[in-house]
Amino acid sequence: MNNFRWRFLLIVVIVGACLWAIIPPDQKIRLGLDLKGGVHLVLRVNTDDALRLETSTAAESLREELEKAGVTGVTVTVASPTQFQVSGVPPGQDAALRTAATALQTTFDRESVPGAFTFTMKPNRQVQLRDEAVVQAQQTIDRRVNDLGVSEPVVARQGGASGDQLLVQLPGVSDVPRAKEIIRSTAMLELKMVEQGPSATKEGLLQASGGQVPPHLDVVPGVEEAQPGERPGTVYYLVQKTPVVTGRDLRNARPSLDSYNQPAVGFSLNQEGARKFGKATGENVGRQLAIVLDGQVRSAPRIDSRITDEGIIHGSFTQQEAADLSLVLRSGALPASLTYLEERTIGPSLGADSIRKGIVASLLSLAMVIVFMLVFYRLSGVNAVVALILNLIILLGAMAYINAAMTLPGIAGFILTMGMGVDSNVLIFERIKEELAAQRGVRASINAGFSRVFLTLVDTHLSALIGAAFLFQFGTGPIQGFATTLFFGLVSNLFTSTFVSKTLFEMVLAKRQVESLSI
Amino acid sequence: MEIFHNPNFNFVKYRWPALILSWIIIAAGIATIYVKGLPLGVEFSEGTVVVLEFAQTPSIDRVRAAVGGSFGGGENIVVQTYGPATDRRIMVRVPDAGRESGGELSQSAEQIERGVRAANLGEFKVVSTEIVGPTVGADLTRKGLLAFGLSLFFILLYIWFRFQLSFAVGATIATLHDVLVTLAFLVFFRFDISLNVIAALLTMTGYSTNDTIVIFDRVRENLRGTRRDNLVDLVNSSINQTLNRTLITGGTAFLAVIALFFLGGEVLKGFAFTMIVGMITGTYSRIYIAAAIVTFWPHGKGGARIAASAPPTAAKAGPTARQRKSGRSVRAS
Repeated sequence: MNNFRWRFLLIVVIVGACLWAIIPPDQKIRLGLDLKGGVHLVLRVNTDDALRLETSTAAESLREELEKAGVTGVTVTVASPTQFQVSGVPPGQDAALRTAATALQTTFDRESVPGAFTFTMKPNRQVQLRDEAVVQAQQTIDRRVNDLGVSEPVVARQGGASGDQLLVQLPGVSDVPRAKEIIRSTAMLELKMVEQGPSATKEGLLQASGGQVPPHLDVVPGVEEAQPGERPGTVYYLVQKTPVVTGRDLRNARPSLDSYNQPAVGFSLNQEGARKFGKATGENVGRQLAIVLDGQVRSAPRIDSRITDEGIIHGSFTQQEAADLSLVLRSGALPASLTYLEERTIGPSLGADSIRKGIVASLLSLAMVIVFMLVFYRLSGVNAVVALILNLIILLGAMAYINAAMTLPGIAGFILTMGMGVDSNVLIFERIKEELAAQRGVRASINAGFSRVFLTLVDTHLSALIGAAFLFQFGTGPIQGFATTLFFGLVSNLFTSTFVSKTLFEMVLAKRQVESLSI
Repeated sequence: MEIFHNPNFNFVKYRWPALILSWIIIAAGIATIYVKGLPLGVEFSEGTVVVLEFAQTPSIDRVRAAVGGSFGGGENIVVQTYGPATDRRIMVRVPDAGRESGGELSQSAEQIERGVRAANLGEFKVVSTEIVGPTVGADLTRKGLLAFGLSLFFILLYIWFRFQLSFAVGATIATLHDVLVTLAFLVFFRFDISLNVIAALLTMTGYSTNDTIVIFDRVRENLRGTRRDNLVDLVNSSINQTLNRTLITGGTAFLAVIALFFLGGEVLKGFAFTMIVGMITGTYSRIYIAAAIVTFWPHGKGGARIAASAPPTAAKAGPTARQRKSGRSVRAS
């Protein structure tokens, strides 16, 4: 008749599983940034960059196609990240332009007035590119922070599926400027053939081509090749627009030393890259090859012989800089530049302080509540205290299972859960007292107390859960920790204050005939 | 042990003076906000907060002077001790961050550090920095308001579904009242509206609704009973019947929050303060706002008519809830 045995067993199993999940606590409970110390960054991926790249690549390829088709005197200008214009198309050459532009049909919309065409990127392509840029940036940053050796980093997209913000949390990192620099550096490596230069001024560089930049070439600034100790000035190079190889062809990059025994970055190429590189260097022995990093020529060594898969980047690095550059090159280039929107750094000492204070406050609250319940409800108070402690164990266990981080607001959530737990017990006990006062038997009073209050508890807990759900939706970092704690606290509280507490009463009642209740 | 044995206070009698008192507090709060502005935390506006730990605590004025130089006079700079004096920590807050584009976001933070270092105030280290650019701040404010509005709306729907419209409106207005009163106190005591404070406001909202539901539940139960008193008496006796519970839970939860306020450290102080105010006003508003609105609601006389005048959803929800409940009590006994 009494089914409390299996109920008791169920409680033991649940509590046991939770205990197993949290012991030892210093290993099993993950601490949030505010308790552990570290840096929390929110950054925006400037997705316009990715669009601009696609647009200018399209514009460049159309220009080349037109050149091949013999259409001359045409100017191609990139007007915005999503738009470029072709003007000066000679009368009667419209058809040739349309043919040249067939490859762009899937990604660009074309509008025309006589002699001029406007190409605008299709909206769905824009959305796709922006999304890809954010995903790629997220992956790249993830590789970089892992490479940095940060334990348990978080790199997550914020603001839903169309959001362009990334949240980066690096626990335990103290050199914030360095971490920020590593995350942000675009690390766009391009190896380009040099046509002219170096020259101290742009004008000097363009003398040979009559002051104009030829269409397939680019002017790129660089640092002067200086002896160690000298301060290098700025020089300019005229280079091919199309790179021989890019960072995508890299297989590896590592810090090394150059011929002056200065820190440098050595890199090796993958098979495809080595093939392209070997062909280009073989055909251009004696010419200079510019190593362009993020739009700046780092060095422009002369090609002495055919090189296939190895190279070195030098130019006044410190050892740290060489190591960091190798790291970002290994992780690949970012598809777009990044902007920091928010930065929080919590020193480890402050975190340790917070956790100590939080725990002291929690324990004191717990002690006060326990004493109060025991004084007020005597033996039934023991029941409430057991329920309360099991509640906290289950809550901690649930947090450990889903690997939720404990934050400072999370500790506050614990204290509030304690409050809610006591509230549920008080509601039930007061009701039992009322029933006892109405001269019902002990067993009937307990049953009535639990069953009448159950519905109230469901109502109060559900409405609190609605609040917690929205808090979780809206919350960033710490607040989410609070909402998570509150959520699991509410659920486990409903379990302990009704199921556990009632089972405890029934166990006592089953053993002997009880005449009066200590409540 | 009991606090009151069969209490029978006439709470509802004082509903008018109580309403007036609430509105005086709220009006004063709104006036203060209008004059002084809402003290938004750095998360919601834009700005930089740096906490410095000194070897020897310098005077606040000297730190202010050191920082003020590089931030144009420093009228908008907040410099205050952070935590107990033994921690030797000072918080500096300036209302701007570095520019998001181009300039580094951490410009202002570095500027503060340089300023203090240049002023020769002894050894110190930066223990925490918090920099929020304008985009994030605006974003968060929007999301925060949205989260609050939505959670309030869905709680209203829930209570409407489980009880009836007058109860839902009463609970919602009581919640709004609590939030306004708490905001007023936060403004009087110049607590920054930080993310933690928002979390406390939302929690407090949950608590206040919780308590309101407990009373409403009793009103609903009494309505179903054999007695057909007039509504004012019925609400009053429901409040009295739940009074012991109200005082006991209010008391214990209050103990917990007080501990948090005094021992929880600087970060949780705003949180705990908000909860303290919220719990006091919540205890009061569930009686004088939520329950009072139910009595003001044009139900006609007598509780028996409530169900008849209730909207269809609530009328439908009533009997089903009752069936469900009776089903449960059968199982439980």
